[in-house]
Amino acid sequence: MLRHLLLGAVAAFGFYILTSAISSFNDFRVGEIAVYAIALAGLSLLTGTNGQISLGQGAFMAVGAYTLGVLMTHTHLPLVVDVLAAIGLSGALGLVVGMPATRLKGPYLAGMTLILALGLPRIADKYSTFFGGDQGLTVNSPTPPGTIDPQRWLSWIEIVGAIVVLILLANLTRSRFGRSFRAVRDDEIAAGLSGIHVARTKVLAFTVAASCAGLAGAFLGLSVGVVNTGEFSLTLSIYLLAGMVLGGAGSLVGAWWGAIVLVFMPGWSTSIANSFNLGSAVGANLALVVFGLVLIVVIMAAPMGIQGGIGWLGRRALSLVGGGVPAPGAPTPRQEGNEPVGSIPSIPPPAAPAAPARNIREQS
Amino acid sequence: MRKGPPMRREPRHVGRKRIGIIAAVLATSLIAGACSSSSSTSGSGGATAPGVTATSITIGATTPLTGPAAPGYDEIAAASNAVFKWANATGGVNGRQINYIVKDDGYNPATTVSLTRELVQQNNIFATVGSLGTPTQAAAQGFLNTNKVPQLFVESGCNCWSQPQYPWTFGWQPNYTTEGKILGQYIKQNFAGQKIGYLYQADEFGQDFIKGLDAELPATSVVSRQNYDAATLAGPMSDQIAALKAAGAQVVCLGTIPAATALALLPAASIGYKPQFVTANVGSDPPTVDKLLASFSKGAAGSALMNGMISDAFMPPESDTSNAWIQAIQKVLTKYDPGAPLDGNTETGVGIGYTFIQALQKAGPKLTRAGLVSAIETDAAKFVTPGLVPLTYSKSDHFGYSGVQMMTINNGAATTMGPVYTSAISGPVKAYTGSTQPPPASMLNLK
Repeated sequence: MLRHLLLGAVAAFGFYILTSAISSFNDFRVGEIAVYAIALAGLSLLTGTNGQISLGQGAFMAVGAYTLGVLMTHTHLPLVVDVLAAIGLSGALGLVVGMPATRLKGPYLAGMTLILALGLPRIADKYSTFFGGDQGLTVNSPTPPGTIDPQRWLSWIEIVGAIVVLILLANLTRSRFGRSFRAVRDDEIAAGLSGIHVARTKVLAFTVAASCAGLAGAFLGLSVGVVNTGEFSLTLSIYLLAGMVLGGAGSLVGAWWGAIVLVFMPGWSTSIANSFNLGSAVGANLALVVFGLVLIVVIMAAPMGIQGGIGWLGRRALSLVGGGVPAPGAPTPRQEGNEPVGSIPSIPPPAAPAAPARNIREQS
Repeated sequence: MRKGPPMRREPRHVGRKRIGIIAAVLATSLIAGACSSSSSTSGSGGATAPGVTATSITIGATTPLTGPAAPGYDEIAAASNAVFKWANATGGVNGRQINYIVKDDGYNPATTVSLTRELVQQNNIFATVGSLGTPTQAAAQGFLNTNKVPQLFVESGCNCWSQPQYPWTFGWQPNYTTEGKILGQYIKQNFAGQKIGYLYQADEFGQDFIKGLDAELPATSVVSRQNYDAATLAGPMSDQIAALKAAGAQVVCLGTIPAATALALLPAASIGYKPQFVTANVGSDPPTVDKLLASFSKGAAGSALMNGMISDAFMPPESDTSNAWIQAIQKVLTKYDPGAPLDGNTETGVGIGYTFIQALQKAGPKLTRAGLVSAIETDAAKFVTPGLVPLTYSKSDHFGYSGVQMMTINNGAATTMGPVYTSAISGPVKAYTGSTQPPPASMLNLK
């Protein structure tokens, strides 16, 4: 849709200004944010919009990264072909895995995808001569045209990739498919009665999420310069799920927030540890503690993540400025903090304002 | 699962908000970027290389301080820093104080690369010193060499640290193939005609180690080759041990990490299988394996299972308190890294720290990265280290120690025996006739 294209163009221009103004290392970090945003956006669609909880996003990233690594090692195809193959192969695997996954729900699905996250990297260990073993496969960064800094060039590629993915996902979620995703998430039986093919819808969401992960994995390989199994541990998949929840499940903009948190959190907590003169044993583990605390606080205070919280703050500010202060005791359904971004105010929530926090997956 | 509300109509007013949000993302990342770039320092005043000023030199390392690989390994960088603090207290090296920035990579190569970039591009370090891990440092190797940043004394026995395309990388310990060859020769000479079995980790560590054994042992004497996957190692390796017993192996070579050593010894003891175990240095540290044996068997087994095991060492055993190096290391740790245990890890840390100080001294007051690398390549054999063999860095060889001494383990302590041997990935195993160098008096007499 045109609006998404325009927004993407604005974002691309903003990133161009940003990356030109900062150092090469910060370009690298902005690139990293874009990479994680791609993976998180896919996961957000799968979990937030379609209601399938996956711990396998990191495994699909590994598939993408290894596809790129193997192609770069054994062939001399242009980078764009390698990247498309990475997307295609991880998407195809997502399709295959997504089919049995349609029969599983909630924690059972999480369990099955957990096996993927644990098992897939082992294949690379098993066939270490082909997949490079511990040292991994070396991946060459694309050569930039002219005098552009190679790091900045790679970051641009990653940012453009992220923006394209987000535009496509934004269009998808606003389309008939997006409505089917949400309908299936909310009530599979009702969705089926309305003529939606439930299994097909779930497989589609799984495939799209896996393709996003494949692209993110290929880009991560380019950023790191090496593809090896250590990069795709179970921790990565768990961090991605946590980052997705932090940013806002089901929100594409929330994916950026989650990515920023994933990239910057370790550094922030280390500087906190240093400023309080904590020992390295405490300081090193502080990142995990802070991450856990932030996750708890966000879920308690803003169940729809940072993006949901910002939306709530924005509406609150607007209502204070424009609509005046509501009379005390008056029903204020829009200030629950749980209101999905972009919902239409004229439709009241079905539950009473004092109802328990709505499920985090409801934001669209 | 709670049923959700009815489906909502598509939002209409989302556009303006979305622009605002994207602007917020950009603004925030800009601020974040600005904050972190303000921390970068640039050398000035007598600077000859990045990270070097007239009064200071900044170096860095990435190492696991959290996660499964952290226990034990997290002691190494702190022990290196103890040596730097000791040097700084006596006026630094060539008048420069050493700042050592250690970052936690959690043994994740993607994190290593990000942190290594941060060290080089933000913290403006001169070199990395004493970073740990094969997958993690292999990932950082390309970036560091492209940017001509010395990657010094990597703690890993991978054969990958000495390659012509990576002239800025130097490994620390003997590579696993060299170690395997020396153990293989010892078995050939002392257990001639006996049946031999292997149990090794199915990755590069195990395979490189086996490559060394195979180079020395006649193929017909090896009756069984068992392996395990480190990532799925969860319980006693009963199947592998039973297979080794069934094949009649009288000598069992273990290319194992400490946990796997314990998980091999336990089922062997329970089926009454008592071959001669010959274990790689990585998996034979008595204090570490004892603790694991006790933990896995819920206290039923302990150091007795290791009695008679043969292994090797390139550093003096920590139990040898008459060794002057062990005494000196203990003094440095007590004063500058209080509470740290004296074990193979802290020994390594002190060894790396003191080696780096000597390299700086050799490179002289006009310090450059190329000058430092050339000092290591030409003068390393004269460096004083705790090692049982001298460092053998040269233009064509970037492995650190090229030899080991055999040792036996009894009652939880290792005792060295026989001559020190040296070798390389190719070439014969030779007895080393030189002597070890004593620690500097200033370290030994530290109060």
